[in-house]
Amino acid sequence: MAVHPDTPVAPRGRPDGTRPGRRRLSRRRWLFLLPGVVYVVLLFAYPVVYNILLSVRASGVITFLHNTGGFVGLTNYRVAVTNPVLPGVVLNTLIFMAGSLIFQFGLGFLLALFFTQRFPLSVFLRSLILIPWLLPGVVTGIVLRLMFDPSLGMVNQVLSDLGIIHAPIQWLSSSHLALFVVVLANVWVGIPFNMLLLHGGLQDIPKDLYEAAKVDGAGRVRALRSITLPLMRPVVAVVLVLGFIYTLKVFDIVVIMTGGGPINATQLLSTWSYTLSFTNLDFGQGASVGTIMMLVSLVCAVAYVRTYRTELRR
Amino acid sequence: MTKAMSKQRHRYRRPVVSGLNLFVALVIVGIMLVPLYWAVVTSLKTLKQSFAIPTSLVPPTPTFANYSQVLHTQGHALLTSLIVAVGATVLSLLIAVPAAHALANFRFRVTGLVTLVLLITQTVPGIVLGTSFFKIFADIHMLNSYEGLIIADSTYCVPFAILVIRAFMISLPRELLEAAEVDGVTMLGALLRIVVPLAKPAIYSAALFSFLFAWGDFLFALTLNTSGTVVPMSLSIYSYLGQYESQWPGLMAAAVFAAIPSGMLLLLVQRGIRGGIATAGLKG
Repeated sequence: MAVHPDTPVAPRGRPDGTRPGRRRLSRRRWLFLLPGVVYVVLLFAYPVVYNILLSVRASGVITFLHNTGGFVGLTNYRVAVTNPVLPGVVLNTLIFMAGSLIFQFGLGFLLALFFTQRFPLSVFLRSLILIPWLLPGVVTGIVLRLMFDPSLGMVNQVLSDLGIIHAPIQWLSSSHLALFVVVLANVWVGIPFNMLLLHGGLQDIPKDLYEAAKVDGAGRVRALRSITLPLMRPVVAVVLVLGFIYTLKVFDIVVIMTGGGPINATQLLSTWSYTLSFTNLDFGQGASVGTIMMLVSLVCAVAYVRTYRTELRR
Repeated sequence: MTKAMSKQRHRYRRPVVSGLNLFVALVIVGIMLVPLYWAVVTSLKTLKQSFAIPTSLVPPTPTFANYSQVLHTQGHALLTSLIVAVGATVLSLLIAVPAAHALANFRFRVTGLVTLVLLITQTVPGIVLGTSFFKIFADIHMLNSYEGLIIADSTYCVPFAILVIRAFMISLPRELLEAAEVDGVTMLGALLRIVVPLAKPAIYSAALFSFLFAWGDFLFALTLNTSGTVVPMSLSIYSYLGQYESQWPGLMAAAVFAAIPSGMLLLLVQRGIRGGIATAGLKG
């Protein structure tokens, strides 16, 4: 690899080990880190602060575009919190998150345990399961929207072929079922991710522990309870915290599948924030919901960093 | 992973159990991939066949017409996705590789703090960035531009790439770098000629995940595009859905095109980059 001719020449080490220009050297070292730091400040810190500023200024599209919105304190938050839509959105978000986390973790763990066994094609088949996780959210959303289409979808077709249903179910246009289907879609994406990380954790458990347990007469269930679960705790923590952070962020799948509807039945905090800002053009409202989401995430971020550190210490 | 594969080639101790497991695994994979099967089947139907009730579970007369039509009408969107994804990947690596090197191999007092901030960035919801970017980019006339979307798409990739590459670089032997320093290799030379070649696996996975993220991004494409000038595949599928809701064969062919990079990434995931994912986890 060619080095650019303008490359600054670093001070050479001397045989006696002393180095001239130590300060210049450390300044050059900073040059490597600087772009990254500037980047994070400009493209994370600044927008985050900007979002908070938007949330405490008068909202509306005209003030937004002309920078004339004055400081209004917590008015936007008060309006957002008293919005009659909010309780439903919070409840949807809670159901969506709890449903996603429980099922993607539970099923992911079962699959991870299953795939610790060796059998023909096990590695290949396990990697095929990762596909849903790697798909763009728009693809997931549109494919599952078709799956659950009342007349053209495969789900109703198969259910009626099996004689389970006699009239097509209106999955996505029913306010009761739509949230269930959206959770299902997100679980479909989440299972591979959970399986991947948990399987890795299981592989890291030393095999001799199980052999020793076997010698001591412990059965499979006992080994699972006394060896696997305790040793998996740090990995489980990482998986759940990451799952929480990403489930709160989910946006594209819901927008594509239901657009938050019918009548806000699948509206989540993320999609509602978007709707307030970009459909209602009330950016102050959207930004205040965004800030609330950030606070929730931040609490989780602390937990994330803690579990991450414990992971590192192991 | 290769070790596990070579182990697999040995004879299985209990063939009946192995056979049963294989069967169960095939069923599981089958269930997980049913939606994709349905997408492909639908993409091979004609519009008329897709409306037939009862809907047939295999394409009656497989046709690739939908694919050529998508290439025709949405080729531009595919190209836009490609430009944006390559741009975001290159930008991310240009920033992340030197930063990862600095955080792994130079001892700064702020290393811990910077790493912490990088981890926290991953928790910022996309809609927060999207809303702010919309306003900031409107002020500096960067809405509806490739540069704007590339920069926005690289946001989550840069911290992720730094964390993944740094974690790998830390595990590299320090002796090589020290030897290079003694030999008077410039700092940039040491990075390009010693560290980068050794850190290739991590750089590749960071690059592929960045590419996949930018390729699949929908939120920034949706918020930062107001005039329809920069329309990547994700946004194109969305507007197509809005206009012709029931043109499922065409939509599914478009979805298959949009899914191609994921298939390519699968090969890499197989080689075990789970360490990197656990560190920063771009997708989830």
